Amino acid sequence: MSVTDVQAPMRAAAPGFWPRLLNHGRELGTLAGLLGLCVALWIATPHFATASNLVNVVEQSTIIGIISVGMTFVILTGGIDLSVGSLVALAGIAFGSAVQAHAPLAVAILVGLCAGLLCGVVNGLLIAFGRLPPFIATLGMMSVARGLALIISDGRPISGFSLAFRSMATGDLLGVPAPVILMAALYAAAHFILTRTVLGRYTYAIGGNEEATALSGVNVSAYKIVVYAIAGLLSAVTALLLAARLDSAQPIAGINYELDAIAAVVIGGASLLGGSGSVIGTLIGALIMSVLRNGLNLLGVSSYVQQIAIGAVIIVAVLVDMALRRRAPLPRGTAA
Amino acid sequence: MHGIRKAFPGVIALDGVDFDVDHGEVHVLLGENGAGKSTLMKILSGAHRRDAGTISVDQREIDISSPREAREAGIAIIYQELTLVPQLAAAENIFLGREPTRGPGIVSRALMRSRARVLLDSLGATFDIATPVGQLSIAEQQLVEIAKALSLDARILVMDEPTSALTERETRALFSVIRRLTARGVAIVYISHRMDEIFEIGDRVTVLRDGRHIATREARSADRRELVRLMADREVDEQVPKSMVPIGTELLRVHGLSRRGVLHDISLTVHAGEIVGIAGLLGAGRTEIARAIFGLDRADAGELYVRGTRRRIRSPRDAIRARIGFVTEDRKVQGLVLGRSVRDNIALPVLPMLNRLGIVKRRAEHSITDRLVRDLRIHTPSAEQLAINLSGGNQQKIVLAKWIACNADVLILDEPTRGIDVGAKQEIYALLGALAAKGVGILLISSELPEIVGLADRVLVVRRGRIAGEFARADATQERILACAVGA
Repeated sequence: MSVTDVQAPMRAAAPGFWPRLLNHGRELGTLAGLLGLCVALWIATPHFATASNLVNVVEQSTIIGIISVGMTFVILTGGIDLSVGSLVALAGIAFGSAVQAHAPLAVAILVGLCAGLLCGVVNGLLIAFGRLPPFIATLGMMSVARGLALIISDGRPISGFSLAFRSMATGDLLGVPAPVILMAALYAAAHFILTRTVLGRYTYAIGGNEEATALSGVNVSAYKIVVYAIAGLLSAVTALLLAARLDSAQPIAGINYELDAIAAVVIGGASLLGGSGSVIGTLIGALIMSVLRNGLNLLGVSSYVQQIAIGAVIIVAVLVDMALRRRAPLPRGTAA
Repeated sequence: MHGIRKAFPGVIALDGVDFDVDHGEVHVLLGENGAGKSTLMKILSGAHRRDAGTISVDQREIDISSPREAREAGIAIIYQELTLVPQLAAAENIFLGREPTRGPGIVSRALMRSRARVLLDSLGATFDIATPVGQLSIAEQQLVEIAKALSLDARILVMDEPTSALTERETRALFSVIRRLTARGVAIVYISHRMDEIFEIGDRVTVLRDGRHIATREARSADRRELVRLMADREVDEQVPKSMVPIGTELLRVHGLSRRGVLHDISLTVHAGEIVGIAGLLGAGRTEIARAIFGLDRADAGELYVRGTRRRIRSPRDAIRARIGFVTEDRKVQGLVLGRSVRDNIALPVLPMLNRLGIVKRRAEHSITDRLVRDLRIHTPSAEQLAINLSGGNQQKIVLAKWIACNADVLILDEPTRGIDVGAKQEIYALLGALAAKGVGILLISSELPEIVGLADRVLVVRRGRIAGEFARADATQERILACAVGA
């Protein structure tokens, strides 16, 4: 037996397309759920499968969709971020205040983004160095950020943004709404990061086995901070999008968004224990929620009943996921 | 058990296996990783359901499809990884879920404790039953597990490598417990990799290989070499190979390393091509030396020199930068991300060298990991296989591959062959020899004395946090090392 010379180059065969597709069985399952839902609505109501409604559905998914990207990173590390909804409010108010103070648009946007980023970093510091459970740290931040948003704005919404800014929500490119393009770009970037970069590998590794990852020389604390910073930053992006869409930044914006984002990630097949899931799954999860809301609206189902439907979908999605996982048992018994 | 068959997707784990155990008998189950021992055990425990075959207890055919049915049939399993609630005391653990009550929902502590006392006394246990079991030694926890099994009227006890975490003396004590149990008519299925134990405690030995029943022998008349051959289907030289490598320059020097209450004035050196063995009883401080060197525990005093220069190592990252690798005792908890692929695991510590602007260089990554999978003969359908699906020996090779991949030239190994089969052990030994030949310096912590004596150029014996003795290869005999370790 020889011991490897690491430097020696060797051409590695890339796995083929079909085997790689099979590795995404869980995403395919979630996708089948989404398509099934669409077909059912297509049959149930003539108003669902129209071009304008479908565009509308996707556009409506962008708010939760973008937050869910950050939530996916956090959940993959085995954490949770309850503060994202409040950060949407705080970042929006920070942006609005800057506009009111006659800051140039670019500066105001930067202020908004920094507010989200900074709060995310604080979350990360509390978790990595304060050794707080993510649930507790972000629960505290959720309350603090909401309070700050209310204080800064004095509880009142800030309105009247420039047309240039509002085009972020109202503009389109070849008929595709700008928010949809933004969301697609963010998902593509996140998918690339998670599958192809060191940050992505570490994100999965930390969630899979934090101790083994630290023993492999990974600065787990630093990467946790990065992950919560991403979640904070994407909350701020959402805040700007929301402010542009409504032409108003509100201190009560984003209430319960964290729960919708967690739901999208979980429907998308990620494990709350960390280490498994994907951003593609999350996108499908966010679309399922949006399609469901839209479809139930078209069918004239009351918003009270809608809540029950959404809750049921979350539970059923996870039950099905767990049942499928159990059906393909890992032959752990081979390890004698 | 007759004609037991069990298939998983892609593998037949058991193919028509017959196995029986009599009252008052210790029947040893032997086999390499993947031979089917664990699967057989899981079928007995109700964790897996057999595809074909029959199971009978006292001539009565029974069906085991759940852990409850196994319990009702009088079968209890003592797993290698114990399944107690660490915060609860022995008595609470023994009667967990079946607490004796006085009146609805009110637990009678006194009754529970007195019953637990009787059970544990019958096993010769001396510890305080009010102590949370998490504070007991592994051996004592094992007694709690056995008492729990007895409280359930278990007549068939399956023990999976019960001595793997025990010291010599604890092993003796366990054997005397086993003899008490067999004297009461309890039947014992004993799974172990340790040859010596088989002859000492076993009545019969059954060898499994590739899911088939190969042979059953009377332990008294069985031949050690024959058993190894039956397991591996090839002649394996059970002797640990000695590495004959010229000793090079000093790679690691530890001077006066101390941690209050744990380590006292530890000094040692490791040279290129040298294997330095660290022997000692469990809890003597062997793992703690490794942890302190690797930057996991902060030392109160002491200096560390790597390749002649003083280094401060405060974290595993510092250690890895100094090209020190650490194969931990518990590969599942500390060594591997079980839910990720073989490739991801091997590449994990090397990623800082395998990226451009944070993007993983996939071609380089593939070439390194594929090569290590091949060179270390990691048996896996592909490098994309999840680590959790591999056998213990192959998992250990992944952990070794991680450190080889990052060019570690000082390698600390803590019980590298624990819980892996004879064949895989031989491969690990050969690998360590090859690494030493390449100029790697190895610090080998092991409880298996033949391993230490066979592999090490020098042996350090740790006793109560101090280096109590040092033996050159020529002087290092098992008797001397043991005597030094126990302070005789």
